[in-house]
Amino acid sequence: MTIKHEALDRVVIRFAGDSGDGMQLTGDRFTESSALFGNDLSTFPNFPAEIRAPAGTIAGVSAFQVHISDHDILTPGDSPNVLVAMNPAALKANISDLEQGGILIVNSDSFDDRSLSKAGYETNPLTDDSLKRYSVYEIPMTSLTLEATKDTGAKPRDAERSKNFFALGLISWMYNRPYDETINWINKKYENRETVLQSNLAAYKAGHAFGETAELFASNYTVAPAHFEKGTYTNITGNHATALGVVAAGLLSGMQVLLGTYPITPASDILHELSKLKNFNVKTFQAEDEIAGVGAALGASYGGALGVTTTSGPGVDLKSETLGLAISLELPLLLIDVQRAGPSTGLPTKTEQSDLLLAMYGRHGEAPLPVVAASTPSDCFEAVIEAARIAIKYRTPVILLTDGYLANGAEPWLLPDLTKLQPIEPNFSKEFNHENKDGSKSFYPYIRDPKTLIRQMALPGTPGLEHRIGGLEKSNESGAVSYDPLNHELMVSLRAHKIEGIQDDISDAVVDDPTSDAKILLLGWGSTYGSIAAGVRRLRARDKKVAHVHLRHLNPFPKNLETILKKYETVIVPEINLGQLSKLIRSKYLIDAKSFSKVQGVPFKAVEIEKYVLNFVEEN
Amino acid sequence: MTVTTRKDWASDQEVRWCPGCGDYSILAAVQLLMPELGVERENTVFISGIGCAARFPYYMNTYGVHSIHGRAPAFATGLALTRPDLDIWVVTGDGDSLSIGGNHLIHALRRNINIKILMFNNQIYGLTKGQYSPTSEYGKVTKSTPFGSVLSPFNPISLALGAEGTFVARTHDMDRNHMMEMMRRAHLHKGASLIEIYQNCNVFNDGAFSEITSKDKRADNLINLVDGEPIIFGANSDKCVVLDAEQGVRVADRSSVTEDEILIHNSKRQKPAIAFALSKLASGPHEPTPIGVFRDVEQHEYSESLQHQTEDALNKKGSGTIANLLSSLPTWTVN
Ligand SMILES: Cc1ncc(C[n+]2csc(CCOP(=O)(O)OP(=O)(O)O)c2C)c(N)n1
Ligand code: SF4
Ligand SMILES: [Mg+2]
Repeated sequence: MTIKHEALDRVVIRFAGDSGDGMQLTGDRFTESSALFGNDLSTFPNFPAEIRAPAGTIAGVSAFQVHISDHDILTPGDSPNVLVAMNPAALKANISDLEQGGILIVNSDSFDDRSLSKAGYETNPLTDDSLKRYSVYEIPMTSLTLEATKDTGAKPRDAERSKNFFALGLISWMYNRPYDETINWINKKYENRETVLQSNLAAYKAGHAFGETAELFASNYTVAPAHFEKGTYTNITGNHATALGVVAAGLLSGMQVLLGTYPITPASDILHELSKLKNFNVKTFQAEDEIAGVGAALGASYGGALGVTTTSGPGVDLKSETLGLAISLELPLLLIDVQRAGPSTGLPTKTEQSDLLLAMYGRHGEAPLPVVAASTPSDCFEAVIEAARIAIKYRTPVILLTDGYLANGAEPWLLPDLTKLQPIEPNFSKEFNHENKDGSKSFYPYIRDPKTLIRQMALPGTPGLEHRIGGLEKSNESGAVSYDPLNHELMVSLRAHKIEGIQDDISDAVVDDPTSDAKILLLGWGSTYGSIAAGVRRLRARDKKVAHVHLRHLNPFPKNLETILKKYETVIVPEINLGQLSKLIRSKYLIDAKSFSKVQGVPFKAVEIEKYVLNFVEEN
Repeated sequence: MTVTTRKDWASDQEVRWCPGCGDYSILAAVQLLMPELGVERENTVFISGIGCAARFPYYMNTYGVHSIHGRAPAFATGLALTRPDLDIWVVTGDGDSLSIGGNHLIHALRRNINIKILMFNNQIYGLTKGQYSPTSEYGKVTKSTPFGSVLSPFNPISLALGAEGTFVARTHDMDRNHMMEMMRRAHLHKGASLIEIYQNCNVFNDGAFSEITSKDKRADNLINLVDGEPIIFGANSDKCVVLDAEQGVRVADRSSVTEDEILIHNSKRQKPAIAFALSKLASGPHEPTPIGVFRDVEQHEYSESLQHQTEDALNKKGSGTIANLLSSLPTWTVN
């Protein structure tokens, strides 16, 4: 049998298995080799909160979806074209997403009675005809892996664990991924564990050879490299880009960075990345809890460093009181909230956009602060720099919202032009700014720039400018404790106006409305960017006119937003929450913004956006 | 080094503690001590939480932050990690440090971060007007325990030793010289230091320490721990502390033991066992109670250790730039 070579413009593959099966690693590697090959791509890792939920159960299924293409894409794909299921539970949990006629590759060795019943199958789906809508390939991956690794010296129990490399080899063959690079990568990754190295290598090679020789597959496929803008690219996840953004913000401002944080999914990887980068003027501090993490970050900011804290879910709640202090002290502070599904522990590994109102309002007293959001994994880099710029310049805590989907999802990133990154000037005071009645001079920490209302800030260590600040209400200018009612009202309004005034210093919202005559506007923020933009493409392909605005700044909103909103008959706000941005828009601009909400721990599919708008048009 | 006097260290703020509050004498001790420490005002920072004690920074003509309840050690830790050049003091109350901020206190001590913690222990919540605190004695009648507290108190010295504190001392607000001596030693110590200061709250817990600190009781009830000296006390120097197989240490009549049985105080013992036993000698400030430095040992200090790692990285890789950062990523180029 000769194997046909077919060219595809894109393919969506989902690797699914038990948490212990190494599906995330397999997906990551397939992604990395596709990135190096030059495809555009987008990924969606989806895994349980338990490190190893009971083996073989639906609860323990871990999946990694990757979308690769020869053209520019925006999402990890709505439904996979190919599903690799390493056991019955993985099949059961994922099969409903596989497209009609899609390719299903199963590890047939794992379809024994015990595994079937653990997954809740009463009959074996491989024999009961229930899979006849798909092209099913039953491959005994476990036994083939054992066979391939028998000379490596690995014990069978250990050798069996290389079966994900068998799958990787097979799928790499099917989609013509570069072979040698993955071999090199395996060599490097396991260089200190000789038997594991040998057994993974053997399994990978065996999987690849199996595709080639087993005469099971009539064709294999190529997905040609995408046409990218000229430049240097890397494949990056949101958390990684966030960490790089933190480093860049430090270097651009000349400030040392202190990350004060406490481990929590899905934010911990930012800590892990930054902990490696000690020669970049970054220190990381794993505190005893979130309160201490943000407290230390604020203490560092007080001393002239850039204090950063990262967290998610319940960790954000714990930081509220310190945010209030930072607002009162008027010190820079960057809180990066990698949002996850709540309330309480919620779904720790699943994504959500449900902290927007918390970021806006979650503190006692009149306590406004700027809120910034990242829209794609690679965008986290610039979003962090923007958030840090505002924090440093305006001496205020800023909340940057990313989420679990951005954090773990990956995409190619055109490395930024370094000459375009603007320095951030902290402008610390070195001089007295007040003359006392007796002619002596002193430093008043709450004397402000009349236009921006930014206060003057002198660092400890500056001779002569010693002063005290605190969370008690302070007298305008001098900063001395004050209980005067009118002074309090003045300070409350000065702090609020300072934040509102940032509107003059942020970029306008950009409208994507090619013909400028759409009647419907899709207004989004954060990680829904890809799904909304892809939905808009689908609508336009049907000649439906829709406009798209995606917000970077959520507080304050861009100046031109009101004019934009009022231009459209309908404003639809898709969000992974119960309608938080739509509430803000409705109350601020008095327009009937419609909330399109989904709260399932997963992103919107492009087709869902498309359908919602089509239905809306039909019904109105 | 600028020569200063007490006045230079006092801010222009009117001090607003209740008349007669023990906090005044602690403030005086600190302001008197500063000129002799050889530090500059601009390099000195006082950080506090919330409580009567926590108003302290406003009265010092240094840099200062009045932060939030219990969190001063966290704030100070961030500052100390990034500004090892500063001389950082934390001022806290018994509620601030042992109740809401207990977690931060023990971890600051464990990390041995370079901060000096002055814990004003008045065995009561002063600022909130008189509820029992984590150091209030069993049976204490307060507004929130009208029938008496049914809880045993923390012993701050035992707690600090249990938290691996490397410098742990106790003093009281009636003895300025002793307070200054403890602070002087804390200042010399590299790492975290904790000084528990028995402080009289004359409004809500007056006389909490008078059994041991009043002039006529001191000799009999204060056991002054002095390095290198046998632990002897009593108006007639007739009492002493000896090792005890059951309890670690115990008070004995000098007449009942030989001179070399008397424990020689040594705050530099690496193992905290004897220091801990000494901290447990009194069950509260109503019987012979040790004051002085319980423990003062050298151990790697956190900010310095972290700085060493930074310097190692700098030596190996050089000072990083954004260009370095990006070029270290696996990349591909499209032409
Ligand atoms: C989060 C928070 N909870 C409660 C309070 C109220 N509060 C202020 S001071 C204090 C207790 C202070 O006691 P202590 O630390 O012993 O200080 P003292 O006033 O006795 O010096 C409390 C409960 C607060 N300010 N913040
Ligand atoms: S309430 Fe007590 S501790 Fe507070 S100032 Fe008055 S006397 Fe001092
Ligand atoms: Mg108290």
